[in-house]
Amino acid sequence: MTDTPAAARPRPATGLLDRARRSPVLWAVAALGVLLLFNAVANPGFFSLRIQDGHLFGNLVNVVKNVAPVLLIAVGMTLVIATRGIDLSVGAVLAISGSVAFTIVEGAADPSSGATAALAIGVAVAAGLVLGAWNGFLVSVVGIQPIIATLVLMTAGRGIAMLVTDGNIVTAENPVFDWLGGGFLLGLPVQVVITALVLLAVGVFTRRTALGVLIEAVGVNPAAARLAGVRARSITFTVYVFVALVAAVAGLMVTANVSAADANRAGLFIELDAILAVVIGGTSLAGGRYSLTGTVVGALILQTLTTTVLTMGLPDEYIRLFKAVVIIMVFLLQAPRVRAALRRRRRPGAAAPAGTAGSPATPGPVPPEPVRPPVPVPGTVPGRSAEQGVLR
Amino acid sequence: MSPAPATEVPAGPPAASPASEPVVAMTGITIQFPGVKALDDVSLRLFPGEVHALMGENGAGKSTLIKALTGVYPYDAGTVTLAGVEQRFTSPADAQAAGISTVYQEVNLCPNLTVTENIVLGREPRRRGSIDKRASRERARRVLAELHLDIDPRSVLGSHPIAVQQLVAIARAVDTDARVLVLDEPTSSLDAGEVAELFRVVRSLRERGVAILFVSHFLEQVYEISDRMTVLRNGRLVGEHRTADLPRTELVRAMIGRELATLEDLERAAPRPVEDGAVPRLSASGLGRRGAVEPADVAVHAGRVVGLAGLLGSGRTELTRLLFGADRATAGRVEVDGRPVRLRSPRSAIAQGIAFLSEDRKGEGVVGDLTVRDNVLLALQARRGWLRPIPRKAGDEMVARYIRALDVRPADPGALLRNLSGGNQQKVLLARWLLTEPRLLLLDEPTRGIDIGAKAQIQELVARLASEGMSVVFVSAELEEVLRICDSVVVLRDRHVVADLDASDTSLDGVVDLIARGDTRD
Repeated sequence: MTDTPAAARPRPATGLLDRARRSPVLWAVAALGVLLLFNAVANPGFFSLRIQDGHLFGNLVNVVKNVAPVLLIAVGMTLVIATRGIDLSVGAVLAISGSVAFTIVEGAADPSSGATAALAIGVAVAAGLVLGAWNGFLVSVVGIQPIIATLVLMTAGRGIAMLVTDGNIVTAENPVFDWLGGGFLLGLPVQVVITALVLLAVGVFTRRTALGVLIEAVGVNPAAARLAGVRARSITFTVYVFVALVAAVAGLMVTANVSAADANRAGLFIELDAILAVVIGGTSLAGGRYSLTGTVVGALILQTLTTTVLTMGLPDEYIRLFKAVVIIMVFLLQAPRVRAALRRRRRPGAAAPAGTAGSPATPGPVPPEPVRPPVPVPGTVPGRSAEQGVLR
Repeated sequence: MSPAPATEVPAGPPAASPASEPVVAMTGITIQFPGVKALDDVSLRLFPGEVHALMGENGAGKSTLIKALTGVYPYDAGTVTLAGVEQRFTSPADAQAAGISTVYQEVNLCPNLTVTENIVLGREPRRRGSIDKRASRERARRVLAELHLDIDPRSVLGSHPIAVQQLVAIARAVDTDARVLVLDEPTSSLDAGEVAELFRVVRSLRERGVAILFVSHFLEQVYEISDRMTVLRNGRLVGEHRTADLPRTELVRAMIGRELATLEDLERAAPRPVEDGAVPRLSASGLGRRGAVEPADVAVHAGRVVGLAGLLGSGRTELTRLLFGADRATAGRVEVDGRPVRLRSPRSAIAQGIAFLSEDRKGEGVVGDLTVRDNVLLALQARRGWLRPIPRKAGDEMVARYIRALDVRPADPGALLRNLSGGNQQKVLLARWLLTEPRLLLLDEPTRGIDIGAKAQIQELVARLASEGMSVVFVSAELEEVLRICDSVVVLRDRHVVADLDASDTSLDGVVDLIARGDTRD
């Protein structure tokens, strides 16, 4: 993508540092750094790790373990958002998956057998695929706006989960699920390993093949992509199926964590956390270019915040407040207007061409990388960055 | 042919109105967009009590001129005066407050509010701090009655057809005491009866002394309603005329006839003969789409360039889209190399070796947030499928080769396409298609809105490709360009193919005649 032969590329006078400063991911990384630094000072012991029975323990491990379900969903959400879409139903899919799995385990003749677990996992994942296909159908074939199409399942999904569990919280014991909830693989929590593998697979699948570019093309300009022969419809359909699939897997994780399927509360608002993670990571809700690295950093920021608040002994209620404060700061730093203003202040005399966003350039070659003027996105107020809409 | 008419001595004020002072005078308006001059020294005068038509093909600068007048675009040079006082509007609201109202093709009112609310929106009569609904309704009723419009002011605007909504938009303009009313393509989606009603209202406004700027690409309507007209081409003023003094053929010639300079020396390629009995590379018979283009026959032989000529809305673009499967035909058959094929989607056309450059470069071609490299490789990659990525090195080489061959500037494969000028974007899109090694290239307005240098390069490229055996369908609003580049010319008018001519024994005047009247059927 961006790594073109250096020789063919007339570098802007600004250079690497400046390019990095324009990258939205950088600000997310910086925010995470500040957060960790804060912990190093305020919570001595936050970074301490110990190995017990060959397993790794510590606050950092908790962060990566607890982030697993959100991150898993956020990876799928990144691809959906890259196609200009959004999926609000992942929380509901998560609840359905967990409910289906545990209802099967509870009702089985031999609840603790491996075969029961395999059946439960298989059916739950299949349910995820069906639900994803439904969303994909509504968006890509029927042409309903993604936010509306997935709102249908977001609303109906918990009802379906309730029907599956008869309105009860289903508890069950099964060694496979216990392992999924609390087990270790290669010294790391199982969920971390699964999430890392999915992340790796998606990275390889989209960036080593042409899928990533085709997804971005569909997100930037669907009409142009279609005329260029891109199977825009299949690609859109596929990303919705994929995000529902990972939501189903996340549902198994969340349910296994507490050994109980709660149709009402499991994964409540997880769709918002996943969307936040994607957006903090610098992927625009307007679609197009996406960054999986950014999404990982975004999810880590959210989880570190939560863990920080908890380890400081503050009540739960503060978590949301802290999240809001940190998130708005990251968004402000990412907002093109704020960044342009910061740059102007830093170099008061230099009327660099990069600083005059959107002004008509001189004829001939356009300066290689002018600051992107804020793109008005349907449904957002022009002048605010698209991302800020999520905060509501 | 005679040299292009220079900017003519402006025709005087309309006979109907004794006023000699224009209410609006735009002088020397120039707007520079990156890489292209959208308007170059354009002037326009509107007199009270006249309907003034603004004429020109797509990309001629009509919309830009209107946007300069109404404060949407800032202009780089020139002046705008309203009733003799120089103005510089910074927003449409600004212009509206000064008495210039605009009604667009897509009505820009609130469909969920009532007719009354739309008419008085922003200027509601108040009583004790709240909106006086009764007074609002009375005002709306009065305005509607003045225009003899039978519309219930309490009804919701969105419940009415577009035609009625436009009339309400005009009523709103009357309520603001507009001195100038701009109607931007108001009739495109109206039927004959609705147009008649609209014109009745326009005439009654004219009698009240309102100056009306009317934009339409329907010649009949322009001749029916307008008193004078200003013609633009390629961002320049061609002339200002009394409608009655300008025959239709002259108008068409002014709109599309002749590039002003620079391109004339480009040599006309020797005509490529078709051997008797040769199977055309593509032949369509009875190909049409309901509501877009009537069934038509087109044949393109190897190494030939076929031009489609006609005005906007004549069906030239619609026919081209059918040949690519971008829209689906409702009638007719298509054969490629004598074998029947079905063009159900762009993909199926691409599989037949067909490539298509859309006239809507920004909307349907440019993938702005991706790099030049990704854009060039897009169609080839899409055909290979995502599982077979183009190897990085091979991709780099192909992109570098085409950047060089087509002289894309800046020659930076990593630049985002949105940052290139229109002409260079067009070259990148051409490269995208040439990379798929098509056998038939459909070019819809490939040279519109791009600077003159890029234009010549693209024309030369087309000639070279044809001499190497590629078949090309070339659609352009510029007749001169079509005649220079093409071997044969298919002329369309009112969604019908009216002639299929050999370019070598066709004159500009002959084609202009066909486009304007169309009474010489094949």
